[in-house]
Amino acid sequence: MSHVTQDSTLRTSRANRVLIYLVLLLFALFYLLPFFVMLANSLKPLSEITGGNMLALPRDWTITPWLTAWSSAQIGIEPTGLRPYFLNSILMVVPAVAISTVLGALNGYVLTKWRFRGDTILFGLMMFSCFIPFQIVLIPMATVLGKLGLAGSIPGLVLVHVVYGVGFTTLYYRNYYAAFPTELIRAAMIDGAGFFRIFWRILLPVSGPITVVSVIWQFTNIWNDFLFGASFGGTAQPMTVALNNLVQSSTGVKEYNVHFAGAILAALPTLLVYVVAGRFFVRGLMAGSVKG
Amino acid sequence: MPARTPAPDLRSRLQAWIPKLVLSPTIAMMLAFVYGFILYTVYLSFTNSRMLPKYDLIGLENYQKLWGLSAWWTAVGNLAVFALLYISLCIAIGLALAIFLDQKIRGEGLLRPIYLYPMALSFIVTGTAWKWFMDPGIGLENTMHLWGWESFEFGWIKDRDMAIYTIVIAAVWQTSGFVMAMFLAGLRGIDNEILKAAQIDGASNWNLYRRIVIPMLRPAFLSAFVILSHLAVKSYDLVIALTGGGPGRATELPATFMYSYTFTRNQMGVGAASAVIMLMTIAAIMTPYLYAELKEKR
Amino acid sequence: MGFLEISNVTKSYGSTEVLHRVDIAVEEGEFLVLVGPSGCGKSTLLNMIAGLEEISSGDISINGRVMNGVHPAQRNIAMVFQSYALYPNMTVGQNITFGLEMHGVPRAERAAALADVAKLLQIETLLERKPGQLSGGQRQRVAMGRALVRNPDVFLFDEPLSNLDAKLRVDMRTEIKKLHEKLKTTMVYVTHDQIEALTLSTRIAVMYEGHVQQLGTPKEIYDTPANVFVATFMGSPAMNILPARVVVRDGRAMAQVTTSDGAQTELPFSQQTLTAWEGREILLGLRPEALTDPDGADRKSANIVPLRSRIEVTEAAGSDTFVTTTLGGRDVIARLRADAEATAGDMFDFAVNMEKAVAFDPQSETRIPGA
Repeated sequence: MSHVTQDSTLRTSRANRVLIYLVLLLFALFYLLPFFVMLANSLKPLSEITGGNMLALPRDWTITPWLTAWSSAQIGIEPTGLRPYFLNSILMVVPAVAISTVLGALNGYVLTKWRFRGDTILFGLMMFSCFIPFQIVLIPMATVLGKLGLAGSIPGLVLVHVVYGVGFTTLYYRNYYAAFPTELIRAAMIDGAGFFRIFWRILLPVSGPITVVSVIWQFTNIWNDFLFGASFGGTAQPMTVALNNLVQSSTGVKEYNVHFAGAILAALPTLLVYVVAGRFFVRGLMAGSVKG
Repeated sequence: MPARTPAPDLRSRLQAWIPKLVLSPTIAMMLAFVYGFILYTVYLSFTNSRMLPKYDLIGLENYQKLWGLSAWWTAVGNLAVFALLYISLCIAIGLALAIFLDQKIRGEGLLRPIYLYPMALSFIVTGTAWKWFMDPGIGLENTMHLWGWESFEFGWIKDRDMAIYTIVIAAVWQTSGFVMAMFLAGLRGIDNEILKAAQIDGASNWNLYRRIVIPMLRPAFLSAFVILSHLAVKSYDLVIALTGGGPGRATELPATFMYSYTFTRNQMGVGAASAVIMLMTIAAIMTPYLYAELKEKR
Repeated sequence: MGFLEISNVTKSYGSTEVLHRVDIAVEEGEFLVLVGPSGCGKSTLLNMIAGLEEISSGDISINGRVMNGVHPAQRNIAMVFQSYALYPNMTVGQNITFGLEMHGVPRAERAAALADVAKLLQIETLLERKPGQLSGGQRQRVAMGRALVRNPDVFLFDEPLSNLDAKLRVDMRTEIKKLHEKLKTTMVYVTHDQIEALTLSTRIAVMYEGHVQQLGTPKEIYDTPANVFVATFMGSPAMNILPARVVVRDGRAMAQVTTSDGAQTELPFSQQTLTAWEGREILLGLRPEALTDPDGADRKSANIVPLRSRIEVTEAAGSDTFVTTTLGGRDVIARLRADAEATAGDMFDFAVNMEKAVAFDPQSETRIPGA
């Protein structure tokens, strides 16, 4: 959306403009404050938090809370820190994102360029499946994962995330490919290219933007998932579940600074992706929601 | 009329099947893991399953039991309050910020990512952040006291009656920037000439927005409503991270209710029934929307 | 049997038939234009020839081979699309040779073929560019190059000039015509532009509402249109159609027409068959150039008839002056010489070339045989 340069042509009075800037800055503060508090307090010793002002910058700067959160904090019953769970999340996210994106691209290609009777209904069913409350599938999913021998494992989580993510990736690629001229596909057919060759040589080379969108969207959603991780994670729990265990642990002193450091660690990959490719992220959200 | 002459050659026939073959794994997964599972859960909601699934039908008993539970009524009531406030606040803030940002604001490029970044955070992280921010002992209340405002009180998160509003605050913080982006995209999509024409017609800024611009944002309103309402019904992580459903059961929502009844209280039949109610709520919102959307795109 | 044979072809979507029993036989080397307003079925027919849409019933054969169900790539055809359909990620050279590559032609042969085509179309300097860097006219050439390089049995064109501006369109039209004269390959060309149809084709099929209204040479289509639709669709300004009554004087059929001031004028037909229509209403068809000033009338015609009527509007169009008058209660357009002295509101002596007049049955709107 940043490429859209059209602004409204309104004239506003000086007083109004001051008011507008004031409101905008106030909201910027509202959005920034909680993160600032987390960051500032993750760099303080615990005594400074319990006895001090949460809005103050640290007097004794320390990275110990970060090191503790990463490698030695008590998660559940083991003092492992968040490190092994971070690895779990990576091992789960990468294949899940890759598989759901590839499937979504192929599905979008079929649904726009190789249409057949009933394809709209199938797509409607897929779209609806994006929006179901996942509570409706929790019970049978637990049973099926057990039967497949995938309960509590990373492949099990990958399967779950592919199944419930492919609807969104399909939606993205379908909307994107729908705008791609069908005459090009026809030209390639006459030139003698088959289904996969057309996809590989004609469509894929121009799919960069939507692939970035799909990957970022899937990455964010799967990394941030809690429900499936908590339900089916078993010994392969992802980062979100571990963070929750860390924060909610009822034993010992509450080490707020460690909790904050852990929370930022859990948010770091998606924040990083957002900073690097935020513009695409926004555009992706648009494609999935606003028409056109 | 001559009969249809030669059958299509092998390659053409194969080509005709490839697209359907490519689509089939997704279709199979979807039918089994989404619609099959839905049917299975619906079936379970009519059985006396407790810790493990059982298949003896007991009619509507689970639904009767469910609607007789005060915990479920609390959850439904909370959802009503939460959804109403969450949706209306997100839309109000999102629309206001979008309209303000659209006034040729210097620094738009800086402000937009600030409004949006919470969307990249998980609800667990959001909950963790706000939990301590709103904690009377170390959070906002404490800060105000330290700054000399001794009488300031902000203990909603520990208050049975007010705790649900803390969830609203955190959820609005996480999502409203995204709603802003949706409205901003809608605003930027409006033809400038229409705005010029309205100004020549003598419309004030207020009237311009009220009579022309906001009505033209109808699709963005609709999308925002659908997305926000489905997020509201699904809300689970944020409650777990922020209040754990407490104090007591004061912030229980249907999603947390379903989870605890199914997996920790061994009332699988009742849990399944509550999941069915949730699905029906979302279906009531989504189906007309999807129908209109797909019909239009044909 | 024609080189491209379309026999009894229909197309239905569900229960609605959009193309009704089309029969066209095209000889090798012909240039067939399918022309008609949008929605007439011309593009559907072209797509069926290409194999991009299925044939509901009937047969299409090329060079003696029935093509029903044959994959587009196996038909030895090439197609130029309205949007040019150039692959945006490939260079011009790769675009042109993609089809050869798909058909397993070795690299060296591809390079040679590319060089020939590039020379023919004068696009040698563009081969390394991407389509996005080309102008409309250049894209058009590349699209043609992609078709030419395949050396197909039949070229198919789907409104290839409609995205070009007016001047370029005329230039490219001439180039396509030259190309056809040079290559002598069979071409099928779809357009809604009747001038393209008349100038390019060796034969035209005028289509409307899924029916072929008339199939014939440009001259046949223009001079003896099969019905009122063809008469008014082909030619610009359109043929004037006005109600008249047939009277017979001394054994000669005449068209009795009401002029602008209500007087009756009688115009003798050249065609004798019309005596059978004595006393009956007809629709008289007069092309604007058959209704002109006496100095501009065709000197070779043996049947120039004077007609006095009032001028209502004059429009000077540079090479000609078009004037509007009323005949038979309808506005009719006459084409005068550019410097003919015509003033709106004045009575004017027109010259009518009745050799070129045609007559239609007012009920069926088809041309009366022999007229």
